[in-house]
Amino acid sequence: MRWKKTEYSGWGRALRASAEMARPERQSMLAQLCAETPAPAVGMLRSYGDSALNGGGRAIDMTRLNRILSFDDETGVVEVEAGVNIGDLGTAFAARGWIPPVMPGTGFATIGGCIANDVHGKNHHVVGSFGQHVSEITLLQDGRKKTVTAARNADLFRATVGGLGQTGVIASAKITMMPCKGDMMVLTERRVDGWDEFLVALDSARSDYTVGWIDATARGTNLGRGILEEGEITSGVSPSTGKAKEVPFNAPHWALSAPVVRAFNAAYFRRVPAGGRTSVKPITAPFFPLDKIHNWNRLYGKRGFHQFQCVVPVAQADVLRRMLERIANSGLASPLAVLKRMGDGRAGYLSFPMEGYTLAVDFPNRPAAVALIGELERMTAQAGGRIYFAKDALSGPENVREMYPEHGKWLKAVEKADPQGALATDIVRRLKLRQAT
Amino acid sequence: MNDTWILLGATSSMARAMARQLAVRGDGIILAGRDMDDMKRTAADCRARGARFAEPIRFDARKPETFTAVIKRAEQEDGMINAAVFVGSMPEQSAIDADPALIAGTVTDSFTGPAEFLQRLAPVIEARGGGTVVGVGSVAGDRGRIGNYVYGAAKAGFHTYLSGLRNRLTRSGGHVVTVKPGFVDTAMTWGLDGMFLVAPPEKVARDVLNAVAKKKNVIYTPFFWRYIMLIIRSVPEFIFKKLSV
Repeated sequence: MRWKKTEYSGWGRALRASAEMARPERQSMLAQLCAETPAPAVGMLRSYGDSALNGGGRAIDMTRLNRILSFDDETGVVEVEAGVNIGDLGTAFAARGWIPPVMPGTGFATIGGCIANDVHGKNHHVVGSFGQHVSEITLLQDGRKKTVTAARNADLFRATVGGLGQTGVIASAKITMMPCKGDMMVLTERRVDGWDEFLVALDSARSDYTVGWIDATARGTNLGRGILEEGEITSGVSPSTGKAKEVPFNAPHWALSAPVVRAFNAAYFRRVPAGGRTSVKPITAPFFPLDKIHNWNRLYGKRGFHQFQCVVPVAQADVLRRMLERIANSGLASPLAVLKRMGDGRAGYLSFPMEGYTLAVDFPNRPAAVALIGELERMTAQAGGRIYFAKDALSGPENVREMYPEHGKWLKAVEKADPQGALATDIVRRLKLRQAT
Repeated sequence: MNDTWILLGATSSMARAMARQLAVRGDGIILAGRDMDDMKRTAADCRARGARFAEPIRFDARKPETFTAVIKRAEQEDGMINAAVFVGSMPEQSAIDADPALIAGTVTDSFTGPAEFLQRLAPVIEARGGGTVVGVGSVAGDRGRIGNYVYGAAKAGFHTYLSGLRNRLTRSGGHVVTVKPGFVDTAMTWGLDGMFLVAPPEKVARDVLNAVAKKKNVIYTPFFWRYIMLIIRSVPEFIFKKLSV
């Protein structure tokens, strides 16, 4: 196998790495690589920080191992290679009445990545996290195949789901899909005028899919205003979806400056009529709103951006309000800010979800934003919440132990699975995840 | 659609990309190649995505005794029988310089093996009064260059063969598309120096299926290679021989 010297980064483009990359196209080649030159697996590089980076080392690009291996239309169980994109799986089956129960915010994430980050979707309060629908994982540990299920290998399973790829290379997995009416979604959008109303709206929402967009630049009485989107899957005829667009180059730094974002957000808020509106769209539109703009991360210019995402317990909702105040007053936020209600569903020791509210906000990569995110992380820790490894690029080891009380169990399983540390990545080193304290 | 496609060299990433696009439109697919385990996976993928059927079958360009089983399997299907040839091998020119015996295998994989297969398939296409052959050649076949002239020569031979086959099959309603890809992002080019404007295999597969639908004769993919090669072909030999392009 030829190794290709590659400069790469996560989706946020703020952290970069240079590594030797192999890209096997057959399982036999993957097994050989894992046996002879074990290295962490990478997929579509949609996690924001450094969870796919292995600076100065090697990595295995899984994107060519992207086949559907079997499908049982009685049970909805589908077996796929780890490089299959979740959006691809959705389009392949939705018209036939099956859908992956959990869809993250981008359809470009691979199944391997969805497992290793135990991702959640806009229906987390209903169906839980991705890992809860995984019935079997085929891991390659030193080239040996190991079939892992939640029942037979509970410990290894819980260390693998949300485990940042440290227990072995995920070669394939079985996922239990969910029956669905079709490949369209009835989407209701309505304005929410402020923070308190937003929490009430999220708590009382009864739809399968619920997400709140927040105008993170609105202050004072408008603080926390935004749009609540609720969706239900339905059948219907799909109009042709326009061609994907592309951001061809890095935008200048002022493209997302405070006045531009404020103006954009105000217009985005008013786009939805005061009385709300309901429309029917192909499911890909509400699931993956930004996927139609390829390389949208270039809008943040060559310095890249950070996404801060935390979850805090329901009783600590007021901390989120204080965070939002800090963000709004800083003038640093971008248009992308999302508020969701989370259930308690999680499948791994290091899984992100907890019962509560989750807030995600993008910031351009600037010193002031980095300082602000540090402050938001401390507020999260004090509130008994946690930050999301798939998004994080800035945190340090000190916060994480408290946020992830099952870290010790994870570490024990990982030490057994990869004693040489061949699968360690930049995030693991930055957060000292493979050290006891 | 109730077409049947034979894909020779079905483990290549270009063949896999084409198989997926054929599957989505419901065609039947015969995956022919050497790695049965890998082709079983591709076949399962094609079935899950809507292929009328998808079956792997052993085929080795260097073993003509494997050819008839592939053709027999295709003949069991009604409708048009089509074939796309993705086989070929490109040892480093330096390896060939060290061991000239490698030439025979390169020519068999890239030219004479697939040509013999297509020669056996041609009567089937004639009997059914239609069907398309896609032959994947290479821009390397347009002019011999110091870097890979054995591979280039094999592909040039294949181009000429395809042109003759087109001339023959057109009389009975069949068609032949010669495809000349530039640099494609495959295992063959991964990590090689000097690659530029590398096209994803999905793009090549789309271009191929468009060319089949529009009955094009010779296509370059991506299209701009036609102009790059026009320039390369027009350099006079007394200059070209001194270049290392």
